[in-house]
Amino acid sequence: MTEIFGVPIQALFGQLMLGLVNGSFYAVLSLGLAVIFGMLNIINFAHGALYMTGAMLAWIGLEYLGIGYWWMLVLAPICVGIIGIAIERLMLQWLYKLDHLYGLLLTFGLALMIEGLFRDLYGVAGQPYSIPEELSGAFNLGFMFLPKYRAWVVVASLSVCLATWYLIEKTRLGAYLRAATENPKLTQAFGINVPLMVMLTYGFGVGLAGFAGVLAAPATQIGPLMGSNLIIIVFAVVVIGGMGSILGSVVTGLGLGIIEGMTKVFWPEASATVVFMIMAVVLMIRPAGLFGREK
Amino acid sequence: MNRRVTVAYLVGLGLLLLAPMFIYPILVMKVLCFALFACAFNLLLGYTGLLSFGHAAFLGTAGYVTGHALKVWELPTLLGLLAGTVAAAGLGWVIGSLAIRRQGIYFAMVTLALAQMVFFFFLQAPFTGGEDGLQGVPRGTLFGLDLADDIKLYYLVVAIFAGSFWLIQRTIHSPFGQILKAIRENEPRAISLGYDVARYKLLAFVLSAGLAGLAGATKTLVFKFATLTDAHWHTSGEVVLMTLLGGMGTVFGPVVGATVIVTLQNELADKVGSLVTVIMGAIFVICVLAFRRGIVGESLALYKRVIGQKPL
Repeated sequence: MTEIFGVPIQALFGQLMLGLVNGSFYAVLSLGLAVIFGMLNIINFAHGALYMTGAMLAWIGLEYLGIGYWWMLVLAPICVGIIGIAIERLMLQWLYKLDHLYGLLLTFGLALMIEGLFRDLYGVAGQPYSIPEELSGAFNLGFMFLPKYRAWVVVASLSVCLATWYLIEKTRLGAYLRAATENPKLTQAFGINVPLMVMLTYGFGVGLAGFAGVLAAPATQIGPLMGSNLIIIVFAVVVIGGMGSILGSVVTGLGLGIIEGMTKVFWPEASATVVFMIMAVVLMIRPAGLFGREK
Repeated sequence: MNRRVTVAYLVGLGLLLLAPMFIYPILVMKVLCFALFACAFNLLLGYTGLLSFGHAAFLGTAGYVTGHALKVWELPTLLGLLAGTVAAAGLGWVIGSLAIRRQGIYFAMVTLALAQMVFFFFLQAPFTGGEDGLQGVPRGTLFGLDLADDIKLYYLVVAIFAGSFWLIQRTIHSPFGQILKAIRENEPRAISLGYDVARYKLLAFVLSAGLAGLAGATKTLVFKFATLTDAHWHTSGEVVLMTLLGGMGTVFGPVVGATVIVTLQNELADKVGSLVTVIMGAIFVICVLAFRRGIVGESLALYKRVIGQKPL
């Protein structure tokens, strides 16, 4: 068997693929955070909890209602989006005039509530969720076996990121959105319903988290704690990349996923903390983040 | 301290000295540890305007270092407490110098991420006992008094709390504290007045981390063990909640908040199980939406409206 730096090539590419899968989740989640932050000036701490909600919904749909993976891939993000819209209308909209930190505190409280609720209902143990038939099995690439589901996660996540980029940068709706981010009062004066756009932006952002949750369901253990462990890493990703550019957050997310995967091969003890170490280094060299602008 | 705060402080201290006659001393000591933790945190959030979401790292680090110093190195009790406090302050210097490079929300995210790194370090490090925690820490003796006796330890904990509380008050009302408040109110203006804002922030951060560490060290002494829970981000959230609920930027707010939260958790733990988290989250949401000045802040505002003068 071929080896690189004393590591079997199979294991190396396997970890690379796993890193890409994790990186895709980082990308989708940090993209959602960035979209929400741009419009609402709020860091959505509940993002991880809503990602977990997406995965739990996929499991509940299959377990109790018999709704399969493909339907839930559409339905769960919509449900999560509706939950998000309710949160925005009932709570967040009262905080826009205050210090941004209150938004963080409120969504932290919500995250605790959502997590605690699922923990009370289903316990902390992980639930299994099998890979849909169409995507089970693996491609034989000659030098490695590529599980179809992992390839699908990467492709699906990147497509969603690309679609979001197109929506925001190239369409008329996106132009309104960017205008409202830049100067909400002036945009409203041109007759655009900014509060409605804010509401939809939050719904869309957390919908992305729900989508990532369903994608993650067959790839990881579904459990109430899956979101909070991930969201802290995603925060570090956001600090490293900065929230200025969409493609920037996608590139940062994927890159850090790959680095994390490689660390698992070459220095397993550090794999849990490597992202935080990179964050510390970036803060020392370029405090605004790789793609960020100093305000 | 002005006269009313001094009176309240002395009355509170008197009550604390009598408390073990009526209440289980371990519970009061737990409240005092978390009250000190919250006061240290308030120094940063309430008076400097910095929201650290990683203060559990300091509580946890000091807990482990003190535990290790007392159990393995067999240091005298006071030196053990000192070791934990110094370790937390040192960690505060490292985390603080990184975190103050960003402002506002980013500051919160950076502290949270770095604290999570510390958590993973403790999870893997051999001396912490991993998931089991560091158990069987001896309390030792102080001036020939055996601290294994809860009542004797109780008075040591009260002394630590009263001393630290006094120190925090002195800091807030010193010229240094006034500059911290100026930074909270208007950072660009403080810079334009010629203050080295970064240095003041870092100093406040180190002081806050050190005092949070003292709380963690004392907690280890009280419970005779140090666990991963103390370093978990849930604990970081709890101290934010205590400060918010009691009233951030008020003198006694964090003490009130810590008392309410610890008592609540103590009462509810057996009755509702994991719903405790839901209740804590709900209190968070209610505080942010309707109760931003906290218990003490709202009471003072009410007093002011009724009596028509500035109370404190």
